[in-house]
Amino acid sequence: MNQTRREFIKSSAVVAAATSVGISSLPNTVKAFAAKGEGGWLWDKSVCRFCGTGCGIMIATKNDKIVAVKGDPLSPVNKGLNCIKGYFNAKIMYGEDRLKKPLLRMDSNGNFSKKGKFKPVSWKRAFDEMEKQMKKSLDELGPTGIAVFSSGQYTVMEGYAAVKLIKGGLRSNNIDPNARHCMASAVVGFIQTFGIDEPAGTYDDIELTDTVVSWGANMSEMHPILWSRVTERKLSDPKKVKVINLTTFTNRTSDLADIEIVFKPHTDLALWNYIAHEIVYNNPKAIDWDYVNNHTVFATGPVDIGYGMRKPDHPKNTELEKETVRLEVEKELSEAEGTTLSYLGYKKGDTLKMNNTKKPVKHWAISFEEFKKGLKPYNLDFVARLSKGDDSESLESFKKKLKTLAKLYMEKGRKVTSFWTMGMNQHTRGSWVNEQAYMVHFLLGKQAKPGDGAFSLTGQPSACGTAREVGTFAHRLPADLVVANPKHRKFTEEIWKIPDGTLNPKVGSHLMKIHRDIEDGKIKFAWINVCNPYHNSANANHWLKAAREMDNFIVCSEVYPGISAKVSDLILPTAMIYEKWGAYGNAERRTQHWKQQVTPVGDAMSDTWQFVELAKRFKLKEVWGAKNIPGIKDGLPDVMDKAREMGYNDDTTLYEVLYENDEAKGYPWPDPIGEGRLNSESEGDKRKVSGSDGKEFKGYGFFIQKYLWEEYRRFGLGHEHDLDSFDAYQKNRGLKWPVIDGKETLWRFNSKYDSYAKKAGAGDFAFYGKALKAIGQGTLKGPIASKGKLKLPNKAKIFFRPYMDPPEMPDKQYPLWLCTGRVLEHWHSGTMTMRVPELYRAVPEALCSIHPADAKALNLIDGDSVWIESRRGKVKAHIETRGRNRVPTGLVYVPWFDEKVFINKVCLDATCPMSKETDFKKCTVKIYKAES
Amino acid sequence: MTSRRKAIENIFKTSTFMGFGGLLWGSSADEAANTEFTLRPPGASQKDRDFVQACIKCGTCVEVCPYDTLELATPGDGKVVGTPYFHPREIPCYMCTDIPCTNNCPSGALDLKRLEKENEPASINNSQMGIASIHKETCIAFWGIRCDACYRACPLIGKALTIERKINERTEQHAYLLPIVNGDFCTGCGICEHVCVVEESAIYVLPLSAATGRVGNHYVKGWDKEDEKRMKLNNTEVDDSKDINSGLEYLNSDEELY
Repeated sequence: MNQTRREFIKSSAVVAAATSVGISSLPNTVKAFAAKGEGGWLWDKSVCRFCGTGCGIMIATKNDKIVAVKGDPLSPVNKGLNCIKGYFNAKIMYGEDRLKKPLLRMDSNGNFSKKGKFKPVSWKRAFDEMEKQMKKSLDELGPTGIAVFSSGQYTVMEGYAAVKLIKGGLRSNNIDPNARHCMASAVVGFIQTFGIDEPAGTYDDIELTDTVVSWGANMSEMHPILWSRVTERKLSDPKKVKVINLTTFTNRTSDLADIEIVFKPHTDLALWNYIAHEIVYNNPKAIDWDYVNNHTVFATGPVDIGYGMRKPDHPKNTELEKETVRLEVEKELSEAEGTTLSYLGYKKGDTLKMNNTKKPVKHWAISFEEFKKGLKPYNLDFVARLSKGDDSESLESFKKKLKTLAKLYMEKGRKVTSFWTMGMNQHTRGSWVNEQAYMVHFLLGKQAKPGDGAFSLTGQPSACGTAREVGTFAHRLPADLVVANPKHRKFTEEIWKIPDGTLNPKVGSHLMKIHRDIEDGKIKFAWINVCNPYHNSANANHWLKAAREMDNFIVCSEVYPGISAKVSDLILPTAMIYEKWGAYGNAERRTQHWKQQVTPVGDAMSDTWQFVELAKRFKLKEVWGAKNIPGIKDGLPDVMDKAREMGYNDDTTLYEVLYENDEAKGYPWPDPIGEGRLNSESEGDKRKVSGSDGKEFKGYGFFIQKYLWEEYRRFGLGHEHDLDSFDAYQKNRGLKWPVIDGKETLWRFNSKYDSYAKKAGAGDFAFYGKALKAIGQGTLKGPIASKGKLKLPNKAKIFFRPYMDPPEMPDKQYPLWLCTGRVLEHWHSGTMTMRVPELYRAVPEALCSIHPADAKALNLIDGDSVWIESRRGKVKAHIETRGRNRVPTGLVYVPWFDEKVFINKVCLDATCPMSKETDFKKCTVKIYKAES
Repeated sequence: MTSRRKAIENIFKTSTFMGFGGLLWGSSADEAANTEFTLRPPGASQKDRDFVQACIKCGTCVEVCPYDTLELATPGDGKVVGTPYFHPREIPCYMCTDIPCTNNCPSGALDLKRLEKENEPASINNSQMGIASIHKETCIAFWGIRCDACYRACPLIGKALTIERKINERTEQHAYLLPIVNGDFCTGCGICEHVCVVEESAIYVLPLSAATGRVGNHYVKGWDKEDEKRMKLNNTEVDDSKDINSGLEYLNSDEELY
């Protein structure tokens, strides 16, 4: 029965391809309209607030309150099921301490005071202060003097509204999401390898594959519903299907695994190369030469790229910090690096000067022979000795596992899907290790095929849909466009109806740099949206102090009081997910929309409303004159003349240009698609909230969310990022883009399934992404200018990337690795889930997992309170030797959700120099008993 | 801790004021019906009557419990006054590896010997305070929800609580991950009951006497070498010399056979 079921899924995938009707299996999707249920409950479709899986839920409302949720049986992702976070969606909005009024730090005279206490103020007072402070920073420092901490949890529309205001209106590229912490390395991997962002595959790969390999992803806890799909796949054919968990400690994903490979932190770089070495040196017949020759080229890049840290001479570094950050300038090569970098002529003890910290992303094409040469050191013995992560395991046992792993990848006809999340992304060589995953899959021809592929999972509900697709990053614009490209800027300016030359061509500050710039006094106004950057950023002591003690103004749009709100100067009460119209995009490119279900609590208003209201405070003459930008010789041009030609005048507001324009008014509210529904932004609501002008807010009078959506999707239409119409998504359970003629795309780049690939006419596959498709050519040592540029239409790149040590490794002073992460019960910093009493009771505090032998050596027993101390800070936690995570000796694990165990004070803010994503998975600590 | 000590003293004062004193202990031990569902600290006898009689009601175990798990029964609790017990839904036993409650018991009512196993030193992992039971109709894992919060919270995860996987035939795409209690390892600490995310816990601890059965000695698991050990406890010999006439009466009475 199981086999036939699998055949059925396979054949339905084929049918889908043959007819290009990706949604044919969802005959009921049109029934998505709201339906009356028991007891006068109104049920309507929505999406889970939490992780990147993107489960569909149904929400019941009564008397303008959410009364219940259920898993949406029609959702292809979860078919009615949820995890326990999803189970509690109905309870997240009504915590006792929900923020309901704007709060401003004031002195006794009612004036803003950095040292004042928070007191409730009106929206008008809040916007008055915000305008004043923002303009003060803009006047003093120019567009780079302000910043926005943005989010992978924005709705698509509010992310788009934010980018328009900050980049298009205020000409600052200092907007960067918490997704930077989450999947920036995955993005660099995609862009460099494919020339376009986001996975080729879909969740259907789980049912179609024979092998699930999890690399640094505790899917069992972090993608619970996907894990139940993996479990089902394993059960459906237990002998054939293999599950392998590669991890630095035993976790719940190991439960199901046929093989658990516990490796030493950071050595995933060596493990991927071991598999490639096995293929290239010992099993060349496993190489799919047709695939490799027709669709890929080999490439590599520099290694002297640093670790994304500040330079050691930075005045804010402490003496202890300098012990680590000195490596940003140069490092002495270790024994392992002496071997792995021997292809560059280095040996153990040599000094590697970090000459390419400014250009870490550059890369060039190499021959297969050069590629092979780079892989030479990664034989079984070398890699096993380097990578074995559990001292209690024998080398032989570890070797046997690695051999089996390589064999499973190489086995002809065996389908393999590799999943990963933060273990590979939060990594000082995260972009490299992402590229290595594609390296192995490409060599074997196991990429972009049903059941075969390297599949990057995302953490956040709209890391893909908003942060990436809308482009709420410092370097991005919608649909994979970038600010550095003049053609992209021009295209964007046309859609936004802003003058040519308005957009700032200089990439803004990424998330860590925003923190650092605030500490350096280069940014004096920051606005936090749908994220908790003062809780979730490493080396937090610096940033907390800078926020509280320096001359700056921090605004935090929040729903519950958390660390970021606590260090802010102005707090704006914000509508939560089901209190506004919205859309999220999940990890398999599925875009899902929902309608506003209830009126927001208190005076809370949506992020979109906040951007739009702030835009009313800026006149064009204030923002579109000539502006200084550090690093651009002549700064930004004065575009007012062009603006006047376009019909604007000096006193036209950004509101009128960006939001309330003729196109927007073409989407009237009411609209049949929203008949009988709330829309607090378009028509106000029963609360009669006193707005930013002190008068009752009665709504914009047009369907702002629909306008933002329809304008936004113009970026992707015909540009490989096609999304469907706003109205279409109201009726279905989401579609995987590109959506062509209402039909979703299952496997991208595969000509059988993807019309763009088919149209490219490059054979079975076409990696049609446009970015970085003309590169230099050379050897492993570098590009050779005389060889000129190689153009790579429709081709992907197979990168060679070496193993290198992370910047901090255990030593006598700090003998333990520290790894941080999450737990199933809590979402990120816990602002929502810690307020659900049941989830709080289930996991009320973050515990420090430690090996019993390490505990014993430190004279500690289970439950003891300890200090966890690094070169940057220390926190107190209780230890646990027998819980859900079983760490090897030499490593401790602490989840970061709990602000009482503020582990980010301890973490190192080193990043992948390419992606700027912090490595939260490794730094070093010492542990000692706390007198509690 | 001082306020806690005071609370304990108060319990005794109350008892004294009520005029029962020592008499109360003895008499209630005989009518221990209500104690059947009372969870006792590790190292207590499985027979609650024995425990109640051995316990001198000194409150030491309650005082040394670092998590305030243990409480002393007061009049009206329906338990023998002055004896220690715990409610896992409120505060479970966090299974201290140094077992302070039992270690400090002056009377032997809590005895480390009960926590020893086959010459190994006493370990909290061998305690048998009770056994967890799951009501599968209200356990949302049995609905298909990815919960298993009890499993992840279990100090003996993978032993006392394990996960059974089953295909969800409705979705044909997901699996149930079902928590299963293994009575050979469950200590009855009640952390599972404490963390359960439904309104009234779907997993709850009962004393062994109330929740366990017993198998006869006539059958041994042929597939389990260890199972024979069970027999050594009770190998009564059959005496062949007795009852040789027992079948005669039947055999000799054939009047109504045809």
